[in-house]
Amino acid sequence: MVTASVASATSAGGLAGASVQVRAVSHAFGDAGQALPVLDDVTFDVPAGETVALLGPSGCGKSTLLRLIAGLSVPQAGRIGVDLVRVVGPDPSRLLVFQDPLLLPWRTVEANVAYGLEARKIGDGQERVRQALRMVGLAAFAAAYPHELSGGMAQRAAFARVLVNHPRVLLLDEPFGKLDSLTRMTMQEELLALARRHAFTTILVTHDVEEALLLATRVLVFSPRPARIILDVDNGLPFPRLRDDPAFIARRREILIALGHGEEFAR
Amino acid sequence: MSDVAGSAVGAVAPVAVHSVFRPWWPGVASTAAWAVAAAVTGLLPDHVRAPAGRPLVEYEVVIAILSALSVLIGQAGWFAPLAYHGRRIAVLGGAVAVWEIVTAKTGWLPLPFFPSPQAVLDVYRVDSGRLAQSVFSSLLILVPGFLLGAVTGFLAGLAMGWSPEARYWGHPVIRLLGPLPAIAWLPIALFVFPTISTASIFLIALATAFPVAVLTASGVTLVDSRLYDVGRTLGASEGFLIRTIVIPATLPHVFVGLFMGLGASFIVLIVAEMLGAKAGLGWYLQWAQGWAAYANLYAALAVMSVLFSGVTMALFAVRRRALRWNRETVEW
Repeated sequence: MVTASVASATSAGGLAGASVQVRAVSHAFGDAGQALPVLDDVTFDVPAGETVALLGPSGCGKSTLLRLIAGLSVPQAGRIGVDLVRVVGPDPSRLLVFQDPLLLPWRTVEANVAYGLEARKIGDGQERVRQALRMVGLAAFAAAYPHELSGGMAQRAAFARVLVNHPRVLLLDEPFGKLDSLTRMTMQEELLALARRHAFTTILVTHDVEEALLLATRVLVFSPRPARIILDVDNGLPFPRLRDDPAFIARRREILIALGHGEEFAR
Repeated sequence: MSDVAGSAVGAVAPVAVHSVFRPWWPGVASTAAWAVAAAVTGLLPDHVRAPAGRPLVEYEVVIAILSALSVLIGQAGWFAPLAYHGRRIAVLGGAVAVWEIVTAKTGWLPLPFFPSPQAVLDVYRVDSGRLAQSVFSSLLILVPGFLLGAVTGFLAGLAMGWSPEARYWGHPVIRLLGPLPAIAWLPIALFVFPTISTASIFLIALATAFPVAVLTASGVTLVDSRLYDVGRTLGASEGFLIRTIVIPATLPHVFVGLFMGLGASFIVLIVAEMLGAKAGLGWYLQWAQGWAAYANLYAALAVMSVLFSGVTMALFAVRRRALRWNRETVEW
């Protein structure tokens, strides 16, 4: 799997991950009169190259936080920075992967992956596109249309579309949430390998406790809406991580209790 | 592998279609129907005098022979389309025979309103020049009018779907003027425009533009907004978003609007030509009626149906090409 081409992709990527600062961020939806608060005074830092998981009940505001970091909206209070520079809008150095692949159905896989390069008028991106497709194992499907792909393949294409831009921060919004469990495990392992090889910073929104503990170096647990951080777990377990490692089980128990799930599940 | 295939063919061959003759019933029915039609046309005495030119009976005999051949030889190769349409051709033969009896042979249906099949057929021999001229003249109005309306409607719809300001001003126009049949503007168009052709082109453009604008605008609002998030984070400018996401995502709706607009265009074309023009298929219908030349009228209707059907098929061919990526493409 690790070939010369992948190694050269790393060196071509050049840029390492960027650090992310989230400072006293609060945010609400709707009008001033009927505001629905979603984020309540959230503060954390992600050092460059780390993987942080944001864990919490669904609908708690984790995805909103990711959109704010991506620059798709502006927080109503507090500030968000990347390498201590304030985020004011979207930028291809911070890229999102959603739960749905969201490929453009009228473009082939190859043309989907090339989208960012095309948008920024980066000429001669064909070799980069080919490398990105090889990285996710889709080289043979370059000319296929999205409707011809399985769910897992479509999500791989979505990753390739992001990776081809050499992002410094990867924002993942439950990226494996709709995959079958075997595909999910394979792709979790591949993501881990990619993140360690390319050293990009990863912020992973999930409500799968095991996924958070398998992939992240730190797990932030959020309360129900409006989201605030209720637990901060430093997850320094060595790789490869095993689900039946006693330290792993202890952390899972700690997190589940924080999320309000009783002893019977947390054992 | 080839051995297995060979033996399989060998094993099947004794019971193949040719050894046991099973008649292909649609072909048999078609042969019978067209033979009856030919007999009625050729053998029964005429009640109404038949026109000159190649007699209808020859065509009927040829179709009967082709049907018979398709039964005897099989339904593959050159006979495949004949085979597919077999039952339709059989029913058509029966209908021609009945039509022949009630007009040319007995005169049960009154002239001049119900001409015989041979009289209608003869129009294409006698008056093909004028018909061709009419088709040409109609297309010269239909094509520019439709294209003009398609482009205008598409751009207006795009603007209304994308910009709230354009929607604010466009919406009342669409809502109040959209339901007006385009042909209702004819009296005004006739004095605003210098010629009846330009007036007709304008009216066809109007008839096309409204449905295209409405469908395009609603198509734009239906685009999954998450695709814009994807595009914006990947570095797309607004123009690039419109070009690469809004327009392709809206195209399926645009084609529905074009289809509706085309139907409205046909109506406007024919009515405008009937009311004011000196050329075109609508004028031809009016002219034929004025001379009580009903055979010409039916002949022109048949030409019109083939022409409009062909234009619609051309639109669907364009759509099939433009929406190759779309799994759910409905055929017409």
